[in-house]
Amino acid sequence: MINEEAVYYSRILTETTLSFHIIYATLGVGVPLMIMIAHWVGIKKNDEHYILLARRWTRGFIITVAVGVVTGTAIGLQLSLLWPNFMELAGNVIALPLFMETFAFFFEAIFLGIYLYTWDRFENQRKHLLLLIPVAIGASFSAVFITIVNAFMNAPQGFDLINGELANVNPIMAMFNPAMPTKVSHVVGTAFMTSAFVLASIAAFRLLRGSNHIYHKKALLLTMKIGLIFSLTSLIVGDLSGKYLAEYQPEKLAAAEWHFETSESAELILLGFMNEDEEIKYAIKIPYALSILAHGSPTAEVIGLDQFAEEDIPPLYIHYLFNIMVVIGMMMIGVSLLFLIGKAKGWSIVESKPYRWLIVLGGPLAIIAIEAGWWLAEVGRQPWILRGIMRTAEGATTSNHVNLMLLLFCGLYLILGVGSVVVLVRMFRMNPVERELMDRKGEVHR
Amino acid sequence: MNLNLEIIGIIVLWTFLFGYIIVASIDFGAGFFNAYGIFTNKQHILTKIIQRYLSPVWEVTNVFLVFFFVGIVGFFPKTAYYYGTTLLVPVSIAVILLGIRGSYYAFETYGARSHKGYAFMYGLSGLLLPAALSIVLTISEGGFIFIENGNPVLDYMALFMSPLTWSIVVLSLSAVLYISAVFLTWYADKANDTPATELLRRYALIWALPTIITAGGIIYELRFHNADHYEEILSFWWMFLISALLFIGTVWLLWRRKNYGIAFSLLIGQFAFAFYGYGISHYPYLLYPHLTIYDSFTNEAMALALIIAFIAGLALLIPSLYLLLKLFLFNKDYVRGNSEHKH
Repeated sequence: MINEEAVYYSRILTETTLSFHIIYATLGVGVPLMIMIAHWVGIKKNDEHYILLARRWTRGFIITVAVGVVTGTAIGLQLSLLWPNFMELAGNVIALPLFMETFAFFFEAIFLGIYLYTWDRFENQRKHLLLLIPVAIGASFSAVFITIVNAFMNAPQGFDLINGELANVNPIMAMFNPAMPTKVSHVVGTAFMTSAFVLASIAAFRLLRGSNHIYHKKALLLTMKIGLIFSLTSLIVGDLSGKYLAEYQPEKLAAAEWHFETSESAELILLGFMNEDEEIKYAIKIPYALSILAHGSPTAEVIGLDQFAEEDIPPLYIHYLFNIMVVIGMMMIGVSLLFLIGKAKGWSIVESKPYRWLIVLGGPLAIIAIEAGWWLAEVGRQPWILRGIMRTAEGATTSNHVNLMLLLFCGLYLILGVGSVVVLVRMFRMNPVERELMDRKGEVHR
Repeated sequence: MNLNLEIIGIIVLWTFLFGYIIVASIDFGAGFFNAYGIFTNKQHILTKIIQRYLSPVWEVTNVFLVFFFVGIVGFFPKTAYYYGTTLLVPVSIAVILLGIRGSYYAFETYGARSHKGYAFMYGLSGLLLPAALSIVLTISEGGFIFIENGNPVLDYMALFMSPLTWSIVVLSLSAVLYISAVFLTWYADKANDTPATELLRRYALIWALPTIITAGGIIYELRFHNADHYEEILSFWWMFLISALLFIGTVWLLWRRKNYGIAFSLLIGQFAFAFYGYGISHYPYLLYPHLTIYDSFTNEAMALALIIAFIAGLALLIPSLYLLLKLFLFNKDYVRGNSEHKH
């Protein structure tokens, strides 16, 4: 028995929770690496500014971690509360990485607590830096394990279904499914990229708003470098993801690229709009590009939507999500590359106000790209919750109170969202860098 | 009862739940005493000691709960179906309370601005949470879930009209305050903070009696609600007897103002015997009468993988936890607030 209303609200509540959680989760995965790099550079160059950078980032990081932890707990429980039928099946096959994620997070939480309360407790700064390694490893592995579960939903394997009964379960095979390599590296890489651009955005904003302190300039240069590296890796992995999709989820690729007819030498449709008659307007069509993206050869055959039954095709609006993600990703490569070349050559344009505003914009844009990417991943898997095995409607709860819970959770996310922003703004406005540097100079270094 | 994978799985999970109950009780109770102190102008006595304990460990508390619910779906996937479908409302409310509580703790501590209303919310949520979470234990006794159109449905009327429900709620509240007060008495004593020790000792003695009375009352009520379980409990009478003796030991030590550390260890023992006694007598049911640990168990390959991951994980975690405790809980300078802690 499927309760249509419960399915509908379960989907909306899950989408809301994930959309909110992913902002904090992405920063939670990426920022520890940034803190570690800043701390390390600070020790190596013996530069107080980088050390302070690590300290201030850590302070902000705790606030985002707190929200990430509680929304992560929420999604963890909602999986069972909203999708009990799915979890009953999935629990049998993919519980292992879910279980390991808790260990990774536990590990991170313990060392973050220690790192936080032991500034100035170590005579040797290097020892304190060592504490960050488990934090960064724990954070990254949390992302790895959770993404493995998501990859499994896209490319389930490691079990047999015999007359509807599970048999021959192999948890390791289930973890190392075909979607896993590209998905995991894309998620982790873009988390580093987004965190770098969000921190760059803050530095650029401070430079625009009054402070011309060298501290912010150092922060901007460092984060732009990291951002460029990881946006390039994300680009490469994105290309590999296209090849994975062509092989294992051709309907997802075809829907995202509006590729209707199976054909050789397929063109890639960029941007554009679709009207009610499914005609594509104002699109840029790049010859051979889809064949290259899908198979690495300009003449290869790419499977189109004509090969699939109507009820197995994801919604076509995921094309817009794909475009948002790709355009922002490309733009950020351009912005950071130009900035670094400009810095090296001494071009004044990269120090100009409009260019700094562009970098400021890059932070929110990177977050939007993350959202678009996850929506593409999740909506693109529809109508399946476990591709080819279980439809989303079959996985949902039959309880009648999901709509009420949706309202309550929206209230929670509103409070958490506003609260975290207010606290972060107040925290850094009340204690600007200049003052903190003055305060620290007065301190005796132990 | 042989030692098979099912038993190992449930012992692991039960242990995590026990860990959560102890750590979270200390945390919930501390929040309540803190708020109570503010509203009765005893803030100066309590706040410092409570804050110093809570700061480095708040995140760790939450993880115990996550371990439990991720683990139970891993080892016993059918629980996702039965409990997931029926517990939507109470568990969602608990998650929302946990969300407000956890994040506002961080906002307050690291955002550096105090607010009375916030302390009140933090204290209140600490009382509502055990009430919301303890409903799960009530439901597991059976009689509240029926099958409609092939799907399990929770009968809210029956749940709210049952004296068992409310006794378990009262027990969860008084146990939270009792556990927390005993621990904080010990912690304050280690910090050489005499006024705080005296006040918390008084709270501990106040909450001792309601805890033991409701605990006894619940066993008696089970006789009418779930006679099978009641019979099972009686066959493990010795565990509950040991628990009661340990309780007397704790109260006696508190009364004589002696060895607060040992008093707290005895309290852990008291709750461990009661909790495991309850758990063993519940065997083999996860949910009377629908679900046992055998018909809900995962496949053997997954069970082995989970147990191996669990052992490897513990090998990583125990040294780390030891480091955390050594640096903060058992570090005399930190507990007494002697060293500088800017963050």
